[in-house]
Amino acid sequence: MIYALAFYLFATITVISAIMVIASRNPVHSVLFLILAFFNSAGLFVLLGAEFIAMILVIVYVGAVTVLFLFVVMMLDIDYNELRKGFQKYLLVGGLIGIVLLAELALVGMGWGLTGHVITDPATAIPALAQMSNTQALGSLLYTRYVFLFQMAGMILLVAMIGAIVLTHRKRPGVKKQNVNKQVMRRRHEAYEIVKVKPGQGLG
Amino acid sequence: MSLLKHAARTFLLSDFVKAMWLTFRYMFRPKATINYPYEKGPLSPRFRGEHALRRYPDGEERCIACKLCEAICPAQAITIEAAVAADGSRRTTRYDIDMTKCIYCGYCQEACPVEAIVEGPNFEFATETREELFYNKEKLLKNGEMWEQEIATNLKLDAPYR
Amino acid sequence: MADLLVEFFQWGFGVTLVPWFATLLGIVVGILAIVLPLLLAVAMSVYMDRKVWAGMQLRRGPNVVGPWGLMQSFADGLKLFLKETIIPASANKFVFLLAPALTFLLALVAWAVIPFDAGVVLSNLNVGVLYLFAISSLGVYGIILSGWASNSRYAFLGALRCSAQMVSYEVSIGFVLVTVLMTAGSLNLSDIVMAQKGQWYIFTPLLPMAVVFFISALAETNRPPFDLPEAEAEIVAGYQVEYSSMAFALFFLGEYANIILMCAMVSILFLGGWLPPLDWAPLYIIPGWIWFFGKIFFVFFLFSWVKATVPRYRYDQLMRLGWKVFLPLSLLWVVLTGVFLLLTGKIPV
Repeated sequence: MIYALAFYLFATITVISAIMVIASRNPVHSVLFLILAFFNSAGLFVLLGAEFIAMILVIVYVGAVTVLFLFVVMMLDIDYNELRKGFQKYLLVGGLIGIVLLAELALVGMGWGLTGHVITDPATAIPALAQMSNTQALGSLLYTRYVFLFQMAGMILLVAMIGAIVLTHRKRPGVKKQNVNKQVMRRRHEAYEIVKVKPGQGLG
Repeated sequence: MSLLKHAARTFLLSDFVKAMWLTFRYMFRPKATINYPYEKGPLSPRFRGEHALRRYPDGEERCIACKLCEAICPAQAITIEAAVAADGSRRTTRYDIDMTKCIYCGYCQEACPVEAIVEGPNFEFATETREELFYNKEKLLKNGEMWEQEIATNLKLDAPYR
Repeated sequence: MADLLVEFFQWGFGVTLVPWFATLLGIVVGILAIVLPLLLAVAMSVYMDRKVWAGMQLRRGPNVVGPWGLMQSFADGLKLFLKETIIPASANKFVFLLAPALTFLLALVAWAVIPFDAGVVLSNLNVGVLYLFAISSLGVYGIILSGWASNSRYAFLGALRCSAQMVSYEVSIGFVLVTVLMTAGSLNLSDIVMAQKGQWYIFTPLLPMAVVFFISALAETNRPPFDLPEAEAEIVAGYQVEYSSMAFALFFLGEYANIILMCAMVSILFLGGWLPPLDWAPLYIIPGWIWFFGKIFFVFFLFSWVKATVPRYRYDQLMRLGWKVFLPLSLLWVVLTGVFLLLTGKIPV
């Protein structure tokens, strides 16, 4: 009973906050609702017995990705009237894309229902939860069967990271920068010297 | 070589360890401060603290309402009203000091010809409300009674230098 | 806990508790048993903090309220409680008040998985380390939201600094956790402690990671030398600028509860939690929780000690340390630990 109650609670809040993400006027509020949605999804994962994924969802998405979202959104200076001006112009294209996405979602759902293969597919065979914790099960699957895909995903992220650095980290003329290494390497005797100053004569 | 030495120093955090050891030793040194409310530092006889209005030993008010203090006060904290008393002498009917305006410069004390208004040694007169810091004549005379001994001693000690 | 309560009520009041109510009551009692001493510990740690800095600066520190000034924190708390809550006119009211509550709440919630002794833990989660990591990564929200909602430049600058700092140092903390997890072979905090029986991780080649973790914990809790988000000389008090009264008090309590939590984490991950340093019977006479609190006390002393010693970093130095020193170092140690465990065949199952 409590299980069902918790499920419906989490699910309802997830859906409502997901709607609020696109419905709320203030973009910062949108991001806050997004966080709430992530949280409740994590709750749903816990209910499924996938506590590892739940925690990773919170750590990665809520703890890191959304912080960056929030960063960007807070820095934005949004003119709402300006935003709403183009609404009608893009309504048709946006609506079409939305319909396509909805149709694809429906197809996925139907495909799942029609084939019924998903559960019995050998690719997803993991040991029963009674034998090992799901963290262990996840690891033993990820690092054996899917190791290539796993490494591939890592490589793609690495390329994206290097790309981002290359795009932003360029030498600009006329910018003074600190040479931290030089600063750190400096020793005491290079920084100052003690001079005996005779009275009335100065350093001369 | 120096690079190696530097790397070793960085990764062994030797600078930090040295600094931490220094502060740790300092913890057991004698304290530089005093245990304030129970122990107090020495005060100069010239210390300018809370104001007081003094009386002569026979109980007569010293203040003759000359208003020199009011005139010299750079912060304009003093307000005086005067009248002729029953015995024919000139006395204040009102002597107010706004302690929130006062800058404790001591000019009032310097200006006073009869050593009536003085700044005593008391500096612990914090109040809960602003209103309590608007001193009137009654409060100032009471201060004078309370601190008379200290004030008299201080004046005597400082007299040779005036 | 629930059984005990049922018995207690039967014996004391002659009332039989309904099972679900007993469970609920058990949880509530458990939470209170952690939160109330924690708040007391926060108050005392503020006092200790101030005394330690004072001592190292040749001062006396709080000495008036109560014997040796022990009640100082309570006097401060009372003062804050009696003050007026000021909400800036242009602030986002809801978010402004949400932020301190969030900070405080997260600092308390994290204690649910901390094992105080063998089996003495509110929730023995088998992903305890990840839970702690998740909660501490959420701590940044309280600060960034307060900075934004205050609608003040100082507060916003502080919030930006803080979130960049916390996100950066979380990465190296994560890798340090990975080395410990690999050595212990579990994500459960109690298991990690038991894996250190007779040999604390600080006395193994994991020592550098303990140092990295400690320094990252300083950065994570915005303690000096990494207190740039507050940097009173540059941005007044950062994200706390607009806060007063209880809202400020909640930030303060949350901050110190987080510091104690970090001390507890250092104790659990590297100092063997409730275990004595040697696996030697007479040492077990001292109860586990005393060992544990002693270690927290020691690590907290280190926190104050560092604050009294090291001057504040410059912001680019802070970022350099996080990304260019700690991240490669901890990553290297993850690889080294893995290789070592593989070669010596010590991989725990």
